[in-house]
Amino acid sequence: MKTLYTILVVCGAVALLPAFVSSGFVLNLVIMTLYATLLGQAWNILAGFGGQYSFGHAAFFGTGAYASAALQVHFGVNAWLCLPFAIAAGAAVGALVGALSFRYGLRGSYFALVTLAFAEVFRILANSVKFTGGGVGLLVPLKSSALDFQFQGKAGFLYVILALTLAGFLLSWWLERSRYGAWLTAVRDNEDSAAALGVDVFRVKLQAIVISAGLMGAGGAFYVQYFQYIDPHLAYGPAVSVEALLGPIVGGLGTVFGPLLGAAALQLLGELTRNLMGDVPGVSLMIYGAVLIAMVTFLPRGIGGLLRRLTPGAA
Amino acid sequence: MLEARHVSISFGGLKAVDDASLVVPPGTITSLIGPNGAGKSTLFGILSGFLKPDAGSVRFLGRDVTGLPPHRICRLGMTRTFQIVQPFAGQTVRENIAVGSHLHRPQRRAALAHAESVALRVGLAGHLDKPAQDLTIAARKRLELARALATEPRLLLLDEVLAGLNPQEVLEVSPVIRSIRDSGVTVLMIEHVMQAVMNLSEHTWVLNNGQLVAEGKPADVMRDSRVVEAYLGHGAAERLRAAGKQAHA
Repeated sequence: MKTLYTILVVCGAVALLPAFVSSGFVLNLVIMTLYATLLGQAWNILAGFGGQYSFGHAAFFGTGAYASAALQVHFGVNAWLCLPFAIAAGAAVGALVGALSFRYGLRGSYFALVTLAFAEVFRILANSVKFTGGGVGLLVPLKSSALDFQFQGKAGFLYVILALTLAGFLLSWWLERSRYGAWLTAVRDNEDSAAALGVDVFRVKLQAIVISAGLMGAGGAFYVQYFQYIDPHLAYGPAVSVEALLGPIVGGLGTVFGPLLGAAALQLLGELTRNLMGDVPGVSLMIYGAVLIAMVTFLPRGIGGLLRRLTPGAA
Repeated sequence: MLEARHVSISFGGLKAVDDASLVVPPGTITSLIGPNGAGKSTLFGILSGFLKPDAGSVRFLGRDVTGLPPHRICRLGMTRTFQIVQPFAGQTVRENIAVGSHLHRPQRRAALAHAESVALRVGLAGHLDKPAQDLTIAARKRLELARALATEPRLLLLDEVLAGLNPQEVLEVSPVIRSIRDSGVTVLMIEHVMQAVMNLSEHTWVLNNGQLVAEGKPADVMRDSRVVEAYLGHGAAERLRAAGKQAHA
């Protein structure tokens, strides 16, 4: 219950933010943090709770993004209606990738490599097919109306991404207190033991990748609305896959708040290094990388693990 | 309860299990013994669905379960443990056992409560909130037993739950196994600790080089020359008998 209250308090606080802050810079920072949190939550469900380390979550993200963009551009579908389609498209690709790789028992680095390959295949396809606009990408027509999932200011986008993140939070919270979550973590910790105790390992992993991919699809649809543009590299490039996995690893794998803590820390770190070292090209990225290495080396359980160690007694 | 007929499996050129047939009658503790490498764990793997036999069939509760995946076999009421204990290391003892409890209990609360009662039965009540990785080997063996028991099986396959325990610990765990049988669960156990085999089991099957070479009451089986030779080598039974005669003379 404490976890649920914390989720609601955090989300409630963020929801009140636009009433007090009008700075576009701050609101954009919060939106990008929540957006990174959503991608992290998606990855965390499959990898943190399920132990299946994907390196190609861009495949699901990009499919969601293109599904939404293509429906708007080619068929004039309302952008809000595109959101469920994007989730379904992402989930469908997740089911395909999961069915193939889990059916053949791919684990660990083999699974990671196969997901990476799938993302690359999708990137090359998107680059060469007319439907996705090829290398030029797709530009979502400007509407500037909340009815079309396009907002004048930042606040509207903040509420949308906050709602999606809240869904991600509730999913993770449910995993911590449900039979399905217990089965998923059992599969993560020992597949043979889980199977011996009656857990259908294949099915549990498949469900996890479908949920995870659906959330990524939602992230893709949001991205398209926020930036109004998508191209093969943005959609299926490795940057998205890395962004999805970095947050939970830095924040705390397999925990409800890990993706948020990680995303917030990384966004702040990114902004700080950019602003302090912005004049010298490349230095900000080097510092960013060094801090990342230090975090992963010295905080194997992420920021969440550190907080728990500093506050004994608290959950 | 359980019946294997002419089961065989080979790995490369090695016949790990060769035309083995065995029966486990309901309500008993039956044991499966044999020297290292005899194929006991491989046979367990076939019975529980982790391995598909090249030939032969396995029937459980009158149903053909040959080649069914492990989780299906578990849901039918046959649960195995592993010789090398495989706890969910990062999770507490309670959470470990609850995974088994969840098989028949969708609700988290009910599963956790049931896990507690199972822990009490196997003597793990004091360790409920410990991470599984912090347990001693003896406690891990109990955890392995508890998790399997939590699935409420009709038949329990125990793969060396007593191995690696000291004599005192063996004495402590033996009554637990007996009480499991008394609660109506049939037990088939692979065991090396002969004292336990003699004390606990009513019927013993002996496996050597993948073949079942003897069966019967443990005390009778121990005197069987084929069994003695399986453990001590060809001609050992003859030499032992000769040595025995000399000692008596």
